[in-house]
Amino acid sequence: MTTLQPSAQSRSARLAAVAGSGQFLRLLARIREAGLLIALAAIVVIVTVQAPRFLQISNLRQILLSVSILAIVAVGQTLVVLTRNVDLSVASSVGLVAYVVRDLLRDHPDIGIPAAIAAGLLIGALLGAINGALVTIGGVPAIVATLGTLYVYRGVVFAIGGGELITASEVPQGFRDIALSRPWGIPTPIIVAAAVALVFAYLLRSTRFGRELYAVGSSPEAARLVGLSVGRRVFTAFVLCGLLCGLAGVLWGARFGSIDARAATGIELQVIAAVVLGGVNIFGGSGTVLGAVLGAILLGTIQNALIILRLNQFWLQAISGAAILLAVTADALITRRVRRSLVVRLRR
Amino acid sequence: MRVAFVFGWQMSRKIEGTMSSPVISGATAHPSPASSPAPAAEVIGVAKSFGAVQALRAVDLTLYPGETHALLGENGAGKSTLVKILAGIHLPDEGEIRISGQAVTLRSPLEARAHGIAVIHQHPTLFPDLDVAENIFMGRQPRGRFGQIDWSAMRAEVDRLLAPLGVGFDSSTPVQGLAIADQQLVEIAKALSLDARILIMDEPTASLSAREVERLFAIVRRLRDHGVAILFVSHRLEEVFALADRITIFRDGARVITAPASDLTLEATIQHMVGRQLQTLFPKEPAEIGDVVLRVEQLTRAGVFHDVSFELRRGEILGLFGLIGAGRTEVARVLFGVDRADSGTIHLDGKQVSLTSPAVALQLGIGYVPEDRHRQGLLLPFPIASNVTLPILPRLSRLGIVNRPKERDLAAEFARRLQVKAAGVEQAVAALSGGNQQKVVLAKWLAANPRVLILDEPTRGIDIGTKAEVHHLISRLAVQGLAILLISSELPEILGMADRVLVMHEGRITGIFDRDEADQERIMYAATGQARIPA
Ligand SMILES: Nc1ncnc2c1ncn2[C@@H]1O[C@H](COP(=O)(O)OP(=O)(O)OP(=O)(O)O)[C@@H](O)[C@H]1O
Ligand SMILES: [Mg+2]
Repeated sequence: MTTLQPSAQSRSARLAAVAGSGQFLRLLARIREAGLLIALAAIVVIVTVQAPRFLQISNLRQILLSVSILAIVAVGQTLVVLTRNVDLSVASSVGLVAYVVRDLLRDHPDIGIPAAIAAGLLIGALLGAINGALVTIGGVPAIVATLGTLYVYRGVVFAIGGGELITASEVPQGFRDIALSRPWGIPTPIIVAAAVALVFAYLLRSTRFGRELYAVGSSPEAARLVGLSVGRRVFTAFVLCGLLCGLAGVLWGARFGSIDARAATGIELQVIAAVVLGGVNIFGGSGTVLGAVLGAILLGTIQNALIILRLNQFWLQAISGAAILLAVTADALITRRVRRSLVVRLRR
Repeated sequence: MRVAFVFGWQMSRKIEGTMSSPVISGATAHPSPASSPAPAAEVIGVAKSFGAVQALRAVDLTLYPGETHALLGENGAGKSTLVKILAGIHLPDEGEIRISGQAVTLRSPLEARAHGIAVIHQHPTLFPDLDVAENIFMGRQPRGRFGQIDWSAMRAEVDRLLAPLGVGFDSSTPVQGLAIADQQLVEIAKALSLDARILIMDEPTASLSAREVERLFAIVRRLRDHGVAILFVSHRLEEVFALADRITIFRDGARVITAPASDLTLEATIQHMVGRQLQTLFPKEPAEIGDVVLRVEQLTRAGVFHDVSFELRRGEILGLFGLIGAGRTEVARVLFGVDRADSGTIHLDGKQVSLTSPAVALQLGIGYVPEDRHRQGLLLPFPIASNVTLPILPRLSRLGIVNRPKERDLAAEFARRLQVKAAGVEQAVAALSGGNQQKVVLAKWLAANPRVLILDEPTRGIDIGTKAEVHHLISRLAVQGLAILLISSELPEILGMADRVLVMHEGRITGIFDRDEADQERIMYAATGQARIPA
């Protein structure tokens, strides 16, 4: 018979090697965010060399301002996508709230701005609740349910407004100041977006509710076994997403000069692009608010760079698409490599 | 060294004669149920059916505080169904559940938990994207002053829970990528963290190594001594007799008997389970061993296994033994083209082959029954027939159209041979009991009619009657000239079936034994890498 020398590596050495694996993986989760920052830095450098005014404070402010509304909606979308769902109706919700709030203030200026804002948030939450109910109670797949409400909500705006335009002069200046004021030189929408990102990043990282959204998206079956109500979490995610759409809608209504029933049409794709680019897994269970916000900023920066470089806006879509493909592919490759080496360390 | 489970499968042996004495005293020193206090849980006349399948027929079961109670029965006998009822997943159609004397309705897992019931299910169900700590504490994470999750308290608590289990991961390890045995250990830690008064475990040891099983049992005995009522399901009868104070046996959804373990012999237990006399447990027939079919030389996958070399001949059953994590499955995955080796060569019939994908391997006549059959081997929502014929669809089709009657007949034939308990081959695999799902995977690869068959733990979770049938089948396949690589953690299975035994430890081959020189002691020495055996 043959008996060969057993390998010398001891179990304790193996355990020691494994002990660091958690940190390692958490680092891995940051790879996407780091990648986005690097991409952002690269764009900034390249464009600045071509056109130095890109880096002026006023332009950076412009970029962030144009991104802020998108980023708020992207945070809402992140909540929904984490639970293995998607909300395609966000643009219609934003448009509906923007139009209705303006309409309200034009026809009843005496209700006051805070009441109008509250109404906008409430409507947003309600629209989200309808989506959530369709998905959780109605059992309609999210992609179908929210595709439906995308058209329905937009239809409602047209029904209310017809083809009518509401111009800036028809609403109180105080309302417009929500978007146009600049405390400490920073436009309010940027401050609001940053606050939203911080609050929800904290919510997702450090509260039971946040972690349960990840759990529900990661494995609904396991979530049910530990007694989480999957439906309730999904419903809440949709409501919060709607609420954030309401907030975005108020800002939209305040920011732009004149508004008609087509307000915010089509931004759902930019929002989803930002979320995916930001590393939120479209199949649920992983992703961060920071990632989604960085995704939105990257897209906004590309858009701005194209303007600065006087390139055709047509390129925007192609470049955004390429950026998503590049990010997702690179991510998959890196993750696979790292995971393999990790598994090796776990097994040995 | 002491081997975990000393007595084999030979029917003639008596339990009493072979049980390790501390276990006996542990079991008998315990108060008999009659003198015990009020029951922790009572199942009274519970019935449950799924459509036409009557999974449970008016079963009774009483669980006392401080007892370990084993629930036995063949695949599909209704064990997991009862477990799920107690876990709040299914509601019984009839009957009553009482907890500490109170009639209760367990409508959800949460309600079951609120009544002090913790359950480890047959298949680990975890959150792949989250780490071990979060998996264990999801929904009840320790919180700080502002309601925020107290991560450091949570990690510390989880590491404290994991310590006695002696696991190779820690609280911050992501669950994705953990081996099935490690996932099972996470489930166990989760159940332990609940501080339950009733602990229910559905085949908790099915994928654990002997060492891990011993650790688990030590913990379970300690819980029992603290008054926890423990119900566990297992197909490994040697474990059952080592741990159980009382045994309940189900057959076809009905309770056959409940008795103190000391009153039952192994033969009697098996007879109650299968309802008939079992002939032999090891029907290994001598097979003619022919030419080398598969030759593996210096196969290495960095960090996983190293310098693995062996030959496999026609008609030969080569056993591959090792503790969990020894690298056996990893070798098998390379041989089936799932993973790539970093160096080394594989020859099939003397010709060097490059196994770049499972499709290539399949074409070359290599079949592989994976270890984690629940996830890797089955299309759960699909009928049995489609699952069985999946690898051979081209053979069953003409011009891309599948011959359904032929598919059904073939599937039915294999389902019959493996005694798959189902309403018919059109039944969805998801609705089968755990053991019957495994039989379907086995049937699938047997139907593919390979020349080299790699079986990774082929009888795990399979009941004792069918186990014999599976062994018989494997043996017959060898007689027909198939070359079989049999990976198993069950020493009796290896000793009974293999013509030669290959032993791996930490990614290296540490011993090769012929059938006549293979014995428990030598193999365990090689498998633990503890010492060298003088030749
Ligand atoms: N969800 C379901 N739908 C339909 N039939 C089911 C379902 N769950 C279980 N069954 C059937 O109920 C019977 C009992 O299954 P159960 O899972 O309780 O068996 P078991 O004793 O745990 O077997 P094993 O040892 O194989 O795990 C089986 O015939 C099975 O096919
Ligand atoms: Mg079962």
